Amino acid sequence: MSIRILEPGFNVTIQDLGRASFQHLGVPVSGAVSPVALKIGNALVGNKPGTACLEIRLIGPTIEVLCDAIRVALTGTITEIELIGENGSCRPANQSLVLKKGQKFKIGTISDSGSAYLAIEGGFNLPEVYGSLSTYVRGSIGGFSGKALEQGDEIPLNSGNAEDRGELRVSNLAALEENGPLRIIFGPQKDFFKKESIRDFLTSPYLITRDADRMGMRLDGPVLKHERGYNIVSDGIVTGAIQVPGTGQPIVLLADHQTTGGYPKMATVISADISRMGRLRPGDTVKFMQVTADEAEKARFEHEKMILSAISGFVNADPWLDEKALYTENLISGFL
Amino acid sequence: MSPGNSPSNPVFLSAGDTALVIQYGEVVDVSINRTVRQLAHAVRQLDIPGIVDIVPTMRSLMIHYDPLSLTKQSLINAVQPLLANLEELEENNKKWLIPVCYEGEFAPDIDEVAKTTNITIDEIVRQHTLLELEVFMMGFLPGFPYIGLLPEVFDLPRRIEPRVYIPPRSISVAARQTTIYTINSPGGWHLIGRTPVDFYDANRDEPILVCAGDRIKFKSIPSSEFAEIEKDVKSGNYNLELE
Repeated sequence: MSIRILEPGFNVTIQDLGRASFQHLGVPVSGAVSPVALKIGNALVGNKPGTACLEIRLIGPTIEVLCDAIRVALTGTITEIELIGENGSCRPANQSLVLKKGQKFKIGTISDSGSAYLAIEGGFNLPEVYGSLSTYVRGSIGGFSGKALEQGDEIPLNSGNAEDRGELRVSNLAALEENGPLRIIFGPQKDFFKKESIRDFLTSPYLITRDADRMGMRLDGPVLKHERGYNIVSDGIVTGAIQVPGTGQPIVLLADHQTTGGYPKMATVISADISRMGRLRPGDTVKFMQVTADEAEKARFEHEKMILSAISGFVNADPWLDEKALYTENLISGFL
Repeated sequence: MSPGNSPSNPVFLSAGDTALVIQYGEVVDVSINRTVRQLAHAVRQLDIPGIVDIVPTMRSLMIHYDPLSLTKQSLINAVQPLLANLEELEENNKKWLIPVCYEGEFAPDIDEVAKTTNITIDEIVRQHTLLELEVFMMGFLPGFPYIGLLPEVFDLPRRIEPRVYIPPRSISVAARQTTIYTINSPGGWHLIGRTPVDFYDANRDEPILVCAGDRIKFKSIPSSEFAEIEKDVKSGNYNLELE
């Protein structure tokens, strides 16, 4: 029961919702940079919300099904799944589908998002490290041998077949397409910055530079000037923290960030907007908007409601015509 | 006294809507770190549902929480009563005796440190192995401990040019603290030795060796014994416990 990686794509890793409870040992949380897409993908294939998926950033893999059948769903993008050897036929993202043994399929360039997820019914049969399958490549922790997928890897699955049942499609993409400014709460070190820089930060767009990975994204925009220096005694860090080193160009920290660090953090992106942040890609611009702690808490509940409504709004996906079966069963003349 | 510098009157800072920072100061101070760890212990004892992790650092405690089960205010309300009544930590942490080779290629910066501090290499080794030290906090890398306080001779600034690559198991010093690099990493501390012990090993049942509060003493070993000790550590035949 497994799939084989024919082409690895670019830095494709196995991620779930991460290991949040080992930061006191210096272990980064890791996990999906865009948890919403992961949860919706899992719901489409009937998994628990936090089941590990393949996280795809920029370029997806080509995969062969080695077991009887698998049920998959691609989310976080509108890029289609290309079925190889089916005259280039494609299947849309954001719906479940079953792929049979021997089927090769390709997820090409992801051009509309910084992260996409391939959920597979049953998930991967891999050992948990500190309670999670998430891959932290720098520390060789978790996932498939602690690394990004490579050509020839055979990834074991928990399920080698896909029960016959209706396929599902996301009808309401709102939860996956939220945009607008990223909402922030100032602090913990807002007082380290000059007043005019705090204003610049809220009024100017910032560009996501190419210096972006699962640890963080370096932004380019008005320089944020320190009032009280840029070396602080290290303190804790959360995902979404916006730290500003000596250059004055902010870095937004993502899932693989260090657990502690010594640069002042001007502000923190609220948890309701973390998934949105994880969809940003180099070349995108982003603006920031201040909210209060109360507003952040409300926003998070709204956000969870939106995910639930996306899932309860799933509709039946039209079954795609299995042309080969139609031919072999000699039904084609009467059918089409 | 600036806000947050009083042991019973720290400041509460927000780190977004998923973590609360309780800050006792903005400087490296062993007594602040001790207070932070006492608070960490006290919060852990409360066992509040919704707390995800409790991370002590030199100057503050970060409490990670799930905003769907806990509000910032309810967390502050729960923590506030603890502040005035922190208790001395019980000494039930592990004690380690860690072998270190301070020779040759294992100690690329030891000559420079000797020059800067104007003492002999033998004296550096003596001072680094002299005291029973304490793990103040964990951070930076998986299993990476901040250990101190070393004797004053190690009150060194970081290197002007940080290294891009530091091999795992490197023993480094700066600002009267010492640490062991656990995975390949950049870093700015001075490398004065190498241990055959893995402070992090992904393939071990318990990948991370030490935690905040543990005691550590270093012990000098000659390079001629390094490989042998390395083998014994790996097979579990080397005693790392400090009597």
